[in-house]
Amino acid sequence: MLREIRPAILVLLLLTAITGVAYPLAMTEVAGAIFPRQAEGSLIERDGKVVGSALIGQEFKDDKYFHGRPSATTSPDPADAGKTVPAPYNAANSGASNLGPTSKALADRIKGDVDKLKAENPSSAVPVDLVTTSASGLDPDISPEGALFQVPRVAKARGMPEDKLRRLVAENTSGRLIGIFGEPRVNVLELNLALDAATSK
Amino acid sequence: MTAIGWIQIFLFCAIIVALTKPFGWYMTRVFNGERTFLSHLLRPVEAAIYWISGVDEKREQHWVTYTVAMLLFHVGGFLILYAVMRLQAVLPLNPAGQPAVPEDLSFNTAISFITNTNWQNYGGESTMSYLVQMLGLTHQNFLSAATGIALAVALIRGFSRASVRTVGNFWVDVTRTTLYVLLPICIVAALFLVWQGIPQTLGPYVDATTLEGARQTIAVGPVASQVAVKMLGTNGGGFFNANAAHPFENPTALSNFVQMLLIFTIGAALTNVFGRMVGNQRQGWAILAVMGILFLAGVTVTYWAEAHGTAMLDAMGLTGGNMEGKEVRFGIVASSLFAVVTTAASCGAVNAMHDSFTALGGMIPLINMQLGEIIVGGVGAGLYGMLLFVVLAIFVAGLMVGRTPEYVGKKIEAREVKMAMLAILVLPLMYLGWTAVAVVLPSTVAAMNNAGPHGFTEVLYAFTSATGNNGSAFAGLSANTFFYNLTLASAMFVGRFFMIVPAMAIAGSLAGKKSIPPSAGTFPTTGGLFVGLVVGVILIIGGLTFFPALALGPIVEHLADNANTLF
Repeated sequence: MLREIRPAILVLLLLTAITGVAYPLAMTEVAGAIFPRQAEGSLIERDGKVVGSALIGQEFKDDKYFHGRPSATTSPDPADAGKTVPAPYNAANSGASNLGPTSKALADRIKGDVDKLKAENPSSAVPVDLVTTSASGLDPDISPEGALFQVPRVAKARGMPEDKLRRLVAENTSGRLIGIFGEPRVNVLELNLALDAATSK
Repeated sequence: MTAIGWIQIFLFCAIIVALTKPFGWYMTRVFNGERTFLSHLLRPVEAAIYWISGVDEKREQHWVTYTVAMLLFHVGGFLILYAVMRLQAVLPLNPAGQPAVPEDLSFNTAISFITNTNWQNYGGESTMSYLVQMLGLTHQNFLSAATGIALAVALIRGFSRASVRTVGNFWVDVTRTTLYVLLPICIVAALFLVWQGIPQTLGPYVDATTLEGARQTIAVGPVASQVAVKMLGTNGGGFFNANAAHPFENPTALSNFVQMLLIFTIGAALTNVFGRMVGNQRQGWAILAVMGILFLAGVTVTYWAEAHGTAMLDAMGLTGGNMEGKEVRFGIVASSLFAVVTTAASCGAVNAMHDSFTALGGMIPLINMQLGEIIVGGVGAGLYGMLLFVVLAIFVAGLMVGRTPEYVGKKIEAREVKMAMLAILVLPLMYLGWTAVAVVLPSTVAAMNNAGPHGFTEVLYAFTSATGNNGSAFAGLSANTFFYNLTLASAMFVGRFFMIVPAMAIAGSLAGKKSIPPSAGTFPTTGGLFVGLVVGVILIIGGLTFFPALALGPIVEHLADNANTLF
């Protein structure tokens, strides 16, 4: 048995060096050379400033922007480090509501959001993704129905014709990969960037 | 449920089955020490490791020595991991300035990663430095996976060899598995995932100014290299708190599909390795068929339940299924499929929050883990877990006809059956026992995120996941407390090693037996009757063990949901 101690130490150290140091560092070098944009986090710049990542949702509250899904992320309470406060789209602390199917708290939250959205656009059915929080709290996407639902509000706030907005939504909708994988979706940040660009034209 | 949804599920199964045979062929060559197409690159590295470490690759070990070597390896891995977490504040590669990880959390996390559980009582981006993620966590993702595979191979050798005292050399098996199986696939997968959008950088967290002028700090890091191995090695420990639901860990539908393939591919191919090593590939296919039947049953229930939604959503006129805790890019089907894959396979990565699943949709992941994660299962662990059930099924069949049971040419006798029962019974003792203790403690009730039966399920899920070395969670439970850190660590430890040691004892005992040729009285173990018998034994043993606990949790909750009763 004693002769297993030397390999226990040395095999462990050597494999640690290979898998824990050499492998991640080599991947960082290679990935940075081949796919520099993705390796840095798919950042989007406008006028030389980083405005976010194409993959990470951000909070939109203004009527003139399309809004993302509700987000359940939190940050530490500045008044009491043991507690947390809501901080939607906190990209340094991803997380979900973790409320279950028979949760009263969840029912109350969804009801409140549904009522708000119905007041905003009484003519359409409320899409489910606009009133449910995502798993990461950073979902960059909404469903195409979720975007179209918001067109009347954005049109009013911007004084833009609804047709033009619907066209923008259609242009920014991604379909399923080869018609099979994933779900149709609209990247909210990219849609809003396109919206700003169309307005300033 | 939609046709496109079922096409995704069908394609997933078809690709896994198609990969099983060629990958099984390759891995068999690796474990037998034969040359492969990577040998001219990797053989010098391998030989250097043996030379420096003083390993004689020709010298094989008795099962006890093999097990002791494995345990020593774990002790060393634990110490490295614990040390880097406690010292991360003074070590390099810590751009976010994370302080030292507390003692009980470090202990829990170290046990969690060496046992291939990857239960996470912490949020990665808010707790761990890049150095811990790489040197501590990524490296254990490799080594705990390699250990699992090595043990499965040792057990297979027990079946395939006759009248010998040894089951292989642990150091050789671990080294070859890491170098020839895990590392090459991870390199390719990591680059693929970066292409899909997963970051791989040592730079600091990025500060962005949003379109509305707010500041958003975006956590990045060396993510892709860890995600590749966390899936391939069925580890499941996320770089970020939200795990594979985080857009930086799983940016697209394609990255999601590939990650699911990575989770299942080694486990499925090991059934083929088993078949090849015992001299009849149909033995492997029979085992894969058992796994496939249980898997498809689980997928069907979860997909149906999530697409069907809840009475609460119905009452508010919301259609489109239960989207709480799911990402738009995955939708209902890819979230449901992932949940079943990750719990069938002891991976534990999640791309949707299981805590927010419907009662029945969330019950299937729980059942998958309680059955012992034998449906493909953790790399290695799934196969040796399944072989324990096969031993039992063969024993039951032998009782029915009054003959000494045989399996692939080996007589299954009292010692093997006792060891298999020990391994199978110790698991419910952990997850039912600790759940019972936990729910009578007032502090535990305070840790629940949901009231009513769902809160009970959160606790049951936590101990089941820890015992099964899965690592997924009903994540609402605030389990980063002294009580949970220690009890969950004990469940992970027992769940791993009280399964491994009996399995190795069986390996040693079988290797020493003579091989007997099949006769007219031998029960054929490649046909439909055998497959049905094993499925039956698994469901009966599993059902008797944990049905009462399920009745208190998800089943009651399902009835409450039907009546739209809220808690």
